Amino acid sequence: MSAENTTPNDHANPAVDGSELIRFDKVTKRFGDNVVLDNLCFDVASGKHVTLIGPSGSGKTTILRLLMTLVKPDEGTIKVAGDYLTHEEKGGRLVPAGERHVREVRKSIGMVFQQFNLFPNMKVLRNITEAPVHVLGMGKDEAEERARELLELVGLTDQMDKHPSQLSGGQQQRVAIARALAMRPQVLLLDEVTSALDPELVAGVLDVLRDIAHTTDITMLCVTHEMGFARDISDDVLMFDEGRVIESGAPEKIFSEPEHDRTREFLSAVL
Amino acid sequence: MQWDWSAVADFMPRFWDGVLVTLQALVLGSLIAFALGLVWAIAQRSALKAVRWPVTVITEFVRNTPLLVQLFFLYFVLPEWNITFSALTTGIVGLGLHYSTYTAEVYRAGIDGVPVGQWEACTALNMPRGRTWTAVVLPQAIRRVVPALGNYVIAMLKDSPMIATIGALELLGQARQFSAVTFQPTEPITVVGIAFILIAYPASLLMRALERRLVR
Repeated sequence: MSAENTTPNDHANPAVDGSELIRFDKVTKRFGDNVVLDNLCFDVASGKHVTLIGPSGSGKTTILRLLMTLVKPDEGTIKVAGDYLTHEEKGGRLVPAGERHVREVRKSIGMVFQQFNLFPNMKVLRNITEAPVHVLGMGKDEAEERARELLELVGLTDQMDKHPSQLSGGQQQRVAIARALAMRPQVLLLDEVTSALDPELVAGVLDVLRDIAHTTDITMLCVTHEMGFARDISDDVLMFDEGRVIESGAPEKIFSEPEHDRTREFLSAVL
Repeated sequence: MQWDWSAVADFMPRFWDGVLVTLQALVLGSLIAFALGLVWAIAQRSALKAVRWPVTVITEFVRNTPLLVQLFFLYFVLPEWNITFSALTTGIVGLGLHYSTYTAEVYRAGIDGVPVGQWEACTALNMPRGRTWTAVVLPQAIRRVVPALGNYVIAMLKDSPMIATIGALELLGQARQFSAVTFQPTEPITVVGIAFILIAYPASLLMRALERRLVR
């Protein structure tokens, strides 16, 4: 994995074996006059767990939202498993991707949101089976069988006939994790998944995620303020500030001996 | 003033014809208003300007011109282009079209009320646009707006006598014809007034029951 926003001269050290699953190439994103991401380049290799840290407004969440195609980049390209995400090649030129292309590439990405975003009009089980049945075309029995396995993984088998509103925040978030996994994504995006939870419910959600991180080969991109969790699961940590990666490396290094003043400052504020 | 029960009895055959027309106008008009309003509301959220624009023009135009003018246009002007419907059909379509522009606004508010996170969750699950609407957005939106839709059913009932002006003789139209012949307006018009209450009240109870079932 590499991260730099320096020169427009591409990637200083791209994953040589070509195993990078995600590649941001000179991505810029603005909201009005505010430059949220500034000419950002970084790769994530398949199977890695990468945590994005940094002060709020530094662009971490925007990276996840770009990958989920919830927002579009103003400049630059994003590749997932070798395919352009928001562009496609037509007649040798790169043009904005059509809906069909986006859906094809997006298949490999799943996301868990800060606010859970479960469907309140569906029971827990149907929240998990809806997309496998209607998007992947899976049979109803198979989808339900798999949903039960996933509910077991997140420890909520006994809640499957309830509506989301009958569950606690922590339970809802665990259902949301199961729902995302039901689509068998290669990449799981975790956007501050414990920030909306009461403190005593955080541990249950993090335990589930630790379990997934350690027992599957799913690639994870994680925006979190839970530094202990980040240290546990991450292969790499990227420190963001003002739309740029200012420092990256193994969690031991970033958390114990950060090079950058800004990183030290940030860590001393959150740890 | 004398109350003449025999006039009431004489009015009854026309009264039942009127009831039938009023109920047809109400039920079918409501169905058109509910369905067409939904079409307008969804079209106005289309990514294509070529879809949004005409729909906005049509709905603003219909909402801001009198129902009576629309009924006259449908009944007296369209035949100039050889488009002819019966008075009742025209009345039903006119009521449905007119009220669809109001239900469209109701649906729009309901759709706007669905949190953006619901749309984002659908994107994250790679759900196609159509499925996002039918499985996630509309069930949540419609649940919220049933009470407001119910109000328009009652409003439509109260506007339904307008279709008598193009010859679809609903309750009030029948009463007026009857009194024009017999010179006894008191009995038929009183009976019709009571009949409107007897239709409107159960209709509002029905909407309230529906509301209780849907709104949790």
